[in-house]
Amino acid sequence: MRRLLTIVSICLYLFLYAPIVVVILFSFNDNPHGASWTGFTAHWYMKLVRNPDILQAFKNTLWLGGISTFISTILGTLLGIGLNRYNFRGKRWLTSSLYFPVAIPDIIMAVALMLFYGIARQMSGVFDLGMTTMILGHITFQIPFVAIVVRARLSGLDPALEEAAQDLGANAWQIFWRINLPLLTPGILAGALLAFTLSLDDFIVSFFTTGPGATTLPIYIYSSVKRGITPEINAVSSLMIVASISLVLLLTLLDKKSLGSFSK
Amino acid sequence: MFLVIPLLGIVVISFLSRGELGNIQRPFTFENYARFFGWGFLGFDPMYLWILGQSVLLSLVTTVLCLTTGLPLAFYLAQLSERYRNFALILVVAPLWTNLLIRTYSWQIILAPEGVLTRLISWLGIISSHEVLYPGFFAIFIGMVCDFLPFLVLPLYVSVEKIDYSLVDAAKDLGANPLQVIRHAILPQIAPGLLAGIILVFIPALGQFIIPDLLGGAKIMLLGNALQMEFGASRDWPFGSAIAIIILALVGAGLVFYARFQRNPD
Repeated sequence: MRRLLTIVSICLYLFLYAPIVVVILFSFNDNPHGASWTGFTAHWYMKLVRNPDILQAFKNTLWLGGISTFISTILGTLLGIGLNRYNFRGKRWLTSSLYFPVAIPDIIMAVALMLFYGIARQMSGVFDLGMTTMILGHITFQIPFVAIVVRARLSGLDPALEEAAQDLGANAWQIFWRINLPLLTPGILAGALLAFTLSLDDFIVSFFTTGPGATTLPIYIYSSVKRGITPEINAVSSLMIVASISLVLLLTLLDKKSLGSFSK
Repeated sequence: MFLVIPLLGIVVISFLSRGELGNIQRPFTFENYARFFGWGFLGFDPMYLWILGQSVLLSLVTTVLCLTTGLPLAFYLAQLSERYRNFALILVVAPLWTNLLIRTYSWQIILAPEGVLTRLISWLGIISSHEVLYPGFFAIFIGMVCDFLPFLVLPLYVSVEKIDYSLVDAAKDLGANPLQVIRHAILPQIAPGLLAGIILVFIPALGQFIIPDLLGGAKIMLLGNALQMEFGASRDWPFGSAIAIIILALVGAGLVFYARFQRNPD
């Protein structure tokens, strides 16, 4: 019985990893078309560096991820602190609405944002679909994740530290900069890294909120795959897989560290 | 200062909620006719009802497939020694962090008509030589299970790990047959994880757009694709919103059902 369970599980692991392994494998395939293996080459990676479309998409992806992560980390942290520390009317509503974008299918969120930008454009003349709307869209779905992570960290903090600072005559501002912020830093960093990873991997929201000229790597991959898979696309995808996995490894490392500093 | 911070947060969140509710509601007032037309369309032309039915059925089958594969995996994880368990668990979740788009189109390569797998299977006589694995429903289900399996395994594992096996022994001592043991001693214990997993698979599967789009070929139309079409090529936003609201209603129904069950597990 146990042996059967092991065999089934190993098969499932193979099944889960098959697509990832195959993409990486086929990025080294000499055959420019189709699904048959003809020989090993690193040629496609060399070609990537010279492809202006891919380079532009890469730049856009980094810009998008960088800016949206920066803004959503600040706003998400403030939101997390605000929700943890203060009582105000509508707090419960606000807290549960935090989980709303996390729970609904992302395609709903994406078309909702697209509609919203469309209406805003009609009324105000700005909000042309493109990089700006894409950044706004990413910020929107990143904030809840950052806020949830920061809030979780915050509730693990020892309130005695803050009280001690108060007893020693620190004002609210000093408490925030000297006590809360340093203690929260690992949590904020984890939130930021999570936000960046989500932005990097997002296709749906970008796809619906982007405009002409603003192509990200996932959008580039999608439109290329629609025309036919090439080893070059496999090479881009492999690099993205490596990037995501390294980011997640960093995140787990940070998580362990920050958890460690809490238990001290 | 500390009053401003939460206020800022509220401004941000209100922007966010407007993004979701407000702009879905706006066509309500502006383009009522188009919207009603959309509803009429849905009521009288069975095409969209067909899409709806097909999507629900697809989500259901995906959930069942994930259950049949996820249950053994959850039990396997739970019986591992603690040293390996965390690592094995991370291995289950890690693929989720790579782009779904990439993991999906990769199946196009694996299941390609001229690929090794297809030739092997048709050589074995499982499918006839002119049949293909991709594109079609087979490929969609492969892609769906590959994507959603971790979502089911994770909560299920949490429940399976906590199973109190003395109850199983007690049931056996009392003369229960294996089926009765599962029904009365194991199932109630893993029900919360099982349900959470089912919800986590069924709901996102309803709106899935990438997997049917890349693996189903052009002929298969599902809610997610219909949504994309209305907002993309057809530019019929009010009707698209109607589809979005139908998906949201299904999601809401699922969540309400889940909340009910959590409060009252029997």
